[in-house]
Amino acid sequence: MSLPEQTLHSSPHLPPTNSVRRMMILVILALIPGLLAQVHFFGWGVVVNLVLAVATALGAEALMLRLRRRPVLPFLGDGSALLTGLLLGLALPTLSPWWLIVTGAAFALIVAKHLYGGLGYNPFNPAMVGYAMLLVAFPREMTAWQPIGGDSLGFLDQWRYTLTGSLPAGLDYDTLTAATPLDTLRTALGMDLTLNEIFAKYEHLVSPFGGRGWEWVNLWYAVGGVALVALRVISWRIPAAVILTLFLVATLFALPDPDLRPSPWFHLFTGATMLGAFFIATDPVTAATTPRGQLIYGAGIALLIYVIRTWGGYPDAVAFSVLLMNLATPTIDYYTTPRVFGEERR
Amino acid sequence: MSNSSYRHIINDGLWHNNPALVQILGLCPLLAVTNTVINALGLGLATTVTLVASNGTVSLIRRWVRPEIRIPVFVLIIASIVTAIELVMNAFFHELYLILGIFIPLIVTNCSIMARAESFASKNPLLPSLTDGLFMGLGFTGVLLVLGALRESLGFGTLLAHADLMFGELGKAMTVTLWENYRGYLLAVLPPGAFLGLGLIIALKNVIDRRQARKAETVTAPGGETATA
Repeated sequence: MSLPEQTLHSSPHLPPTNSVRRMMILVILALIPGLLAQVHFFGWGVVVNLVLAVATALGAEALMLRLRRRPVLPFLGDGSALLTGLLLGLALPTLSPWWLIVTGAAFALIVAKHLYGGLGYNPFNPAMVGYAMLLVAFPREMTAWQPIGGDSLGFLDQWRYTLTGSLPAGLDYDTLTAATPLDTLRTALGMDLTLNEIFAKYEHLVSPFGGRGWEWVNLWYAVGGVALVALRVISWRIPAAVILTLFLVATLFALPDPDLRPSPWFHLFTGATMLGAFFIATDPVTAATTPRGQLIYGAGIALLIYVIRTWGGYPDAVAFSVLLMNLATPTIDYYTTPRVFGEERR
Repeated sequence: MSNSSYRHIINDGLWHNNPALVQILGLCPLLAVTNTVINALGLGLATTVTLVASNGTVSLIRRWVRPEIRIPVFVLIIASIVTAIELVMNAFFHELYLILGIFIPLIVTNCSIMARAESFASKNPLLPSLTDGLFMGLGFTGVLLVLGALRESLGFGTLLAHADLMFGELGKAMTVTLWENYRGYLLAVLPPGAFLGLGLIIALKNVIDRRQARKAETVTAPGGETATA
């Protein structure tokens, strides 16, 4: 009997259960419930964003692999560029012009991923670098979200808007867009309204349990995320640390000041909290890897989310929080490396 | 000094030992004021004049300065020169002076000036020191200009905007608008644009250097390299 040489390994004879490809495919499958919820509430714009972002991400990945003289098809097929495109597409507002999406996805893949050495070498989450770049460079376009229950565009009208910027007769930009729940809350709090007044006045945008529509989107992302944890594709530590810390911090501030500080439920079920906790913060390349380190990393993200949302000036805080903690990852890993059996306690 | 060593000094300043691309010195002004070509040109020229004057002075007094106190002496010389340049710019290019602001007095702390005084002018006679100062300054100015052009064209869609600050009435005609109704790419003007731009320029220089090294290799050894390639 002759076996091909590559299949002979020394013991233990345990096949690896996770490959990059399998992980990425499972993560993408787990995104689907939340993705469908987002399409349901925010319309075809989500789909158009995703198509453009994914196409650009794959194109940029192929281009960079060619330029770097790496095999194109095996790396393109591992799904990592696809996932980056999906995450960026989901984060962009529904009335984005095409060049916004294309610039963001190309920047994510070319600058944030391949200029640092490609998959496994990038210190920052590529999708979030693309998002942060767009937020800094095009602040006005990055707020073009539609409210749920407002006028929405049909599939073809949405494509025409994204590609040419022209809207069907009778609709204009200002009536289609509305501030996001987090922005609404910040502006209204700035006008000295209390939370109950805000929830009454902007009933169509915010509720005590999160942004309208966003609470369901977040719930479905959480369902997909829990499935990933159950399948052991991602570790439970990072999402658990993000969610618990955000809950604790929000409770701590909401208890003495319930008129001005939204409840912890609001923070958990609005914006990109669940998408961030389960899908963005858990990126295996840029997240902390030691068990204790992952708890610290997740807690740091949650603290920063609360700080930036409450006292900062940007629409949502997940991207910046994740990027800042990416920066801290090597230090965290250095100081939390588990003690090797037999090594003396420090 | 022979002609070939002058050529060596010139090549070093402009390319092989460029203060911005190879020594990576003086990054603070380099990154801060390169948002337009004119700002870059203003600061680049001021730095060049400082480099020539400080290199010349340091070279002249190099035999009389005790090594123990040379650094404070160099700093004093550079500071006096920069103060003089600041007054001149205030008098003749007042608007530009206001825009460049703190970065003119900060030329004192530009490490490339101290580096040239210490590593070249204090060891060489007057003429080579002046040449070194001039071409190090021009090399620095060149990088400032390229970075300024990159950031201004991407950020504002123009080139040489506000040229009248430096060239008077003549300058008003020099502004080139590259794209009409350009909405602007804010990132290029903000600090990240400076870092990204400088990184790309350094990468470009390395690519050119590697190409030339490879070419030189194939010329010297025609058998080995080309046969495998």
